[in-house]
Amino acid sequence: MHFFMLAVESWATRLKAGLARTREVLGTPLAHLFARQRIDEALFEELEAALLQADCGVEASGSLIAALRERVRSERIEDGGSLKRALKQALLELLAPLERPLDVSRAKPCVIMVAGVNGSGKTTSIGKLAHWLQAQGSSVLLAAGDTFRAAATEQLVAWGERNRVAVIAQPSGDPGAVVFDALGAARARGVDVVVADTAGRLPTQLHLMEEIRKVKRVAAKALEGAPHEILLVLDASTGQNALAQVKAFDDALGLTGLVLTKLDGTAKGGAICAIAKQRPVPLVFIGVGEGIDDLRPFVARDFVEALVG
Amino acid sequence: MLDNLTARLAQIAKRIRGEARLTEANISDALREVRVALLEADVALPVAKHFIESVRAKALGEEVVGSLTPGQALVGVVHRELAALMGEANVGLDLAVQPPAVILVAGLQGSGKTTTCGKLAKLLLGEKKKVLLVSCDVYRPAAIEQLKVVAAQAGADFFPSAVGEKPVDISRRALEHARTHYHDVLIADSAGRLAIDEEMMREIADLHGVLMPIETLFIVDAMQGQDAVNVAKAFNERLPLTGVILTKLDGDARGGAALSVRHVTGKPIKFAGVSEKLGGIEPFHPERMASRILGMGDILSLVEEAHAKVDLEEAKRIAEKVKKGKGFDLEDFKQQIAQMNKMGGVASMLDKLPARLAGQIDPAKLQDDRQFRRIVGIINSMTPQERRKPELIKASRKRRIAAGAGVPVQEVNRLLNQFEQMQKMMKMMKGGNLQRMMRGMKGMLPGMR
Repeated sequence: MHFFMLAVESWATRLKAGLARTREVLGTPLAHLFARQRIDEALFEELEAALLQADCGVEASGSLIAALRERVRSERIEDGGSLKRALKQALLELLAPLERPLDVSRAKPCVIMVAGVNGSGKTTSIGKLAHWLQAQGSSVLLAAGDTFRAAATEQLVAWGERNRVAVIAQPSGDPGAVVFDALGAARARGVDVVVADTAGRLPTQLHLMEEIRKVKRVAAKALEGAPHEILLVLDASTGQNALAQVKAFDDALGLTGLVLTKLDGTAKGGAICAIAKQRPVPLVFIGVGEGIDDLRPFVARDFVEALVG
Repeated sequence: MLDNLTARLAQIAKRIRGEARLTEANISDALREVRVALLEADVALPVAKHFIESVRAKALGEEVVGSLTPGQALVGVVHRELAALMGEANVGLDLAVQPPAVILVAGLQGSGKTTTCGKLAKLLLGEKKKVLLVSCDVYRPAAIEQLKVVAAQAGADFFPSAVGEKPVDISRRALEHARTHYHDVLIADSAGRLAIDEEMMREIADLHGVLMPIETLFIVDAMQGQDAVNVAKAFNERLPLTGVILTKLDGDARGGAALSVRHVTGKPIKFAGVSEKLGGIEPFHPERMASRILGMGDILSLVEEAHAKVDLEEAKRIAEKVKKGKGFDLEDFKQQIAQMNKMGGVASMLDKLPARLAGQIDPAKLQDDRQFRRIVGIINSMTPQERRKPELIKASRKRRIAAGAGVPVQEVNRLLNQFEQMQKMMKMMKGGNLQRMMRGMKGMLPGMR
């Protein structure tokens, strides 16, 4: 418990530090707005601009600002400090329902399937996820289900070596076969968690969406109830297409959670606001750096704190 | 629904019909819609604002010509301005330098650098260049291995590097190797990096210093959001970029990042990545991108794809027939359907149509291109003479053909009607212009309501 608390704290500091770097580069859009004395139309407009620039999207930004106006009126908010608290509150109400811890104890082996578009950070996230699971005391097995991209298997094997975790791979080109194999191996070895990588695919590639559906079916055939978790990896720098990705993968696979990566850059990942409004799939993890321990459980309060300051 | 800017503007235009000039009052609503469309397409807010202001200035006082509504006139101005901002015309690679001409690619993690290197190599090999690939990515596990595999797939030479080496040393040796082995082009892949990572930005600047590339290309993910403007600015400040490559354009992102990047760097977008296959790279067309950002579809790309993939000999033969007035027969119709399938079937063509047109097509009817197979089946049930002279086909022949193809007689009728329309179109067309032919064929797609 203590370890976990510490981890959360250091995550918050790190995330904040990451965004602080952002502020140095960009100048902070939000903090100086709240320093202003008067709450007027121009301030609302600037706040909306700040949300838009964080990729929150036209609709979510608009409704957040509308909620804020309502609060200002009903609670007679007059100073910047209270307005800031009100915005945090509105964001928190939007994002808190997305909070969900990953529970791998409900099945053994617990099978986690990881999907996403090309370059969103699936393999890297799996490497970090394996590390996190081990730190939680679970034994882990990785399945190299990306049989398409050049050297994807080698990349996962490298992560396996770093974590001292076995990686199941096959020379054949069929991701379903790899997953089938991995589940057999996991049962034989009594492993707690299997994490299956898949090739990156765009939702417009219908045949590839069909293929990943098949991988899911194969997993269910190999082990009843599998896959127990289907996570979609999203790049925080993605704009409004992030919502389209969530919808498409959710429709195809029935997602149980999201992983938001690359939050250590200047992108703020505001697309999650649009996702929270229109397709609230839980956000399980966020990636906040390049280190192996930079994948952290999502905590809405910390996230909002880091975003608004 | 949101991606149909044209339709929304048409809605507004209804209210302001009958005005002869665009005025502050009659365009403000429409411009608000344009702003929303740009933001939905991920154009960065400052860029969108700047753009709207310039459109407002240009549009005011513009005469509403002929039968256009003010809304249509405004769309015209918006489209023109957007295309102008995206760059005048397509700009290719400039490799006019004493060989080896060096290409350096840079960008964020996961933007598609390594895949793009492979695609560029394949493209240049097609132009009879001798190409060497080298990876300076010593950070991401198996990045070097990935480039090695990609190089082999493309058929390009690969200069090995290892994780323990310094990127600057690797590039120096690769350059030397390219010189002594008479390579025309050296393509250097680099690690993905964040623009705020000072150390890594210094590294890529150093790489640039050693390689002295004639092309320094910035790789941008078409799905990138508002941050594109910051990242592009930072890279442009540290590296003398010569161009941009927009990747993953085969997705359904509208690609507003292209506009943001173009706006802050002023550098031409030279190529677009459109599939995971090594052949999936196309010259970038500013005007078409403008249409895409506005949700107006990509008909021109479709036409060009038709050009590339359709068997030109076959097309010429058909065109020749039309010219001679010998007539376009059902056999030719069948050939055309086969060619359409070569272009990835109807589903992939559908992507490129504007929302307005695509909306009229019922995707359920297009499944597996079953309709096309039916048409082929019907034609196959005809005698060669019937195929050449469809006017021979009367009631009893129709019954026989329907029975042979296993379809109701109505389907045979429908095919014959479609074919007749097509023949009419062919007659109107003088000289067999393939582009116009393809445009005409759109209306002939089964499933079109």
